[in-house]
Amino acid sequence: MKRPSLGAILLGLIPFAATCFSVSLWDRVDPMVLGLPFNFFWLIAWLVLTPLCMWGAYRLEVPRASDGRREEGGPQ
Amino acid sequence: MSPSIVALAIISTIVAIGSLVGFVARFHHKMDLEQWTVGGRGFGLVLVWLLMAGEIYTTFTFLGASGWAYSRGGPVLYILGYLPLMYVVSFYILPPIWEAGRRHRLQTQADFFHMRYGSPFLAGCVAFVGVACLIPYLQMQITGLGLIVEVASYGGIPRTPAMIIAFALVGAFVFVSGVRGVAWASIVKDLLLLFAAVFIGIAVPRIYYGGIGPMFAALAHARPGHLTMPGATKDLGHAWYISSVMLTSLGCYMWPQFFAASFTARSGKILRRNAVLMPLYGITMPLMFIVGFSAVLVLPGLSNGDLSLMTIVRKSFPAWFLGIVGGAGALTAMVAAAIQLLTGATLCVKNLCRPMLAPDMGDAQVAKFSKMMVLVLTSGALLFAIYSSSSFVSLLLVGYAGIAQIFPGVVLGLFSKRVTTAGVLAGLVTGIFVAVFLMLTGRDPYRGLNAGFVALCLNFAVTGVVSLLTPVRIAGFGETPPSLAAPQSGNGGDLT
Repeated sequence: MKRPSLGAILLGLIPFAATCFSVSLWDRVDPMVLGLPFNFFWLIAWLVLTPLCMWGAYRLEVPRASDGRREEGGPQ
Repeated sequence: MSPSIVALAIISTIVAIGSLVGFVARFHHKMDLEQWTVGGRGFGLVLVWLLMAGEIYTTFTFLGASGWAYSRGGPVLYILGYLPLMYVVSFYILPPIWEAGRRHRLQTQADFFHMRYGSPFLAGCVAFVGVACLIPYLQMQITGLGLIVEVASYGGIPRTPAMIIAFALVGAFVFVSGVRGVAWASIVKDLLLLFAAVFIGIAVPRIYYGGIGPMFAALAHARPGHLTMPGATKDLGHAWYISSVMLTSLGCYMWPQFFAASFTARSGKILRRNAVLMPLYGITMPLMFIVGFSAVLVLPGLSNGDLSLMTIVRKSFPAWFLGIVGGAGALTAMVAAAIQLLTGATLCVKNLCRPMLAPDMGDAQVAKFSKMMVLVLTSGALLFAIYSSSSFVSLLLVGYAGIAQIFPGVVLGLFSKRVTTAGVLAGLVTGIFVAVFLMLTGRDPYRGLNAGFVALCLNFAVTGVVSLLTPVRIAGFGETPPSLAAPQSGNGGDLT
């Protein structure tokens, strides 16, 4: 199978860095944002920011993906 | 009428409507094995979305997340952490899995292993791991249904009979509906769940504290430390968070039912678009946490955190509303359990029983025996549900520790030409052994790390080393020698 492009992989690593590996940086109650503890707010924000990163990855991947149609043309 | 009758009547009505939708949806489709298991591979964006959401937002979302927010505090955030990340992982692996599925007419996860590695034995092992890990997951749904009925009947129906009723409902539902019916029943469930989550997530803190902000302020003041890790626990700190998030986000699409759901899509593009959009649907999850956090000061001392959501709803709202929330929860559990059963039963019959007992069994018979296997699996989960009492999150983490061990074989199988059958088998056995050993001997978390994650790392290492030491027989999909190819339905897929 074709591997994903480097750019798409890097875009996918952004949410991992922001919500997983960096936990000790944002796991705090203060400052509260919009009434939410900071750690809670941070993770909710990434529910919205992750689709943005992945939309970028989508734009990179889809033009080069072999999606169905081309291979289906076998018998033609 | 007594409040319990009102609540139970509403729950029954909602469950009946959901089942009816599922039943009607399958009506115009001939129910062969392909239709029952992968919906004829014709699902578009909306149906795939519904199916995946139906499986991912389960009883666990509804009762487990609030339960952990109540009893453990900060560590519950790992759920919000892995939620977007599992879709990130799916973005890269589901489209190639789908492509392999379409080319080789795969229906189950074990078919994938059979086709990629040319080994029915490895496929059988994967099927066994898949079914074994599904049992705690199913147990969670049945216990959840039981809890809902118990609370909604104001204690009038004890938990065990409630779970037996739940078991009968789920069995009947999956029997008649198939995967298409389940996807449509998801619509009813999703609308209700969304409504219930938004409403109680906002209303509960408003009633007791005057809003979400004041609730968190009060909690941070009364229980400093509850809102950050390790919260109310001793050993669930940051290392545990990172390892659990990694384990669950990598392992999530290894669940045989999620894996197989990708085969229902019409194209790989749909799966990619789904992966981009799905995290937005997770916005209901924080609301469940908020309900659990609100309950900490309002209902201190509940013996079982998983009861916190239903109990606080019962305390705060009239009986009819308890019925709606309970109905949404019950339907959620049914839809999730149905898809788990459907996948588990097909795996069991197609990749475990058929190769061992009756290699010449036709697809029609596989479909028939799968339906019988549904009963066997539900009964198993019911027994576990009656005799054990782990919290939902613990059950889910046990399942994840096992199921994630399939990941190396899938991802290396897709993207590496060097991985070998022996390597994957050795890695899988090591991973399962280490995970089971650490958990049974009470070593989870192990040195602050999630035991399943420790097992997954060792699994990867063993897979890599053994693969390098053994010769490559099959270097990728479509390179399986015909003599080793899986006995597929129809034309067997083009192997060119």
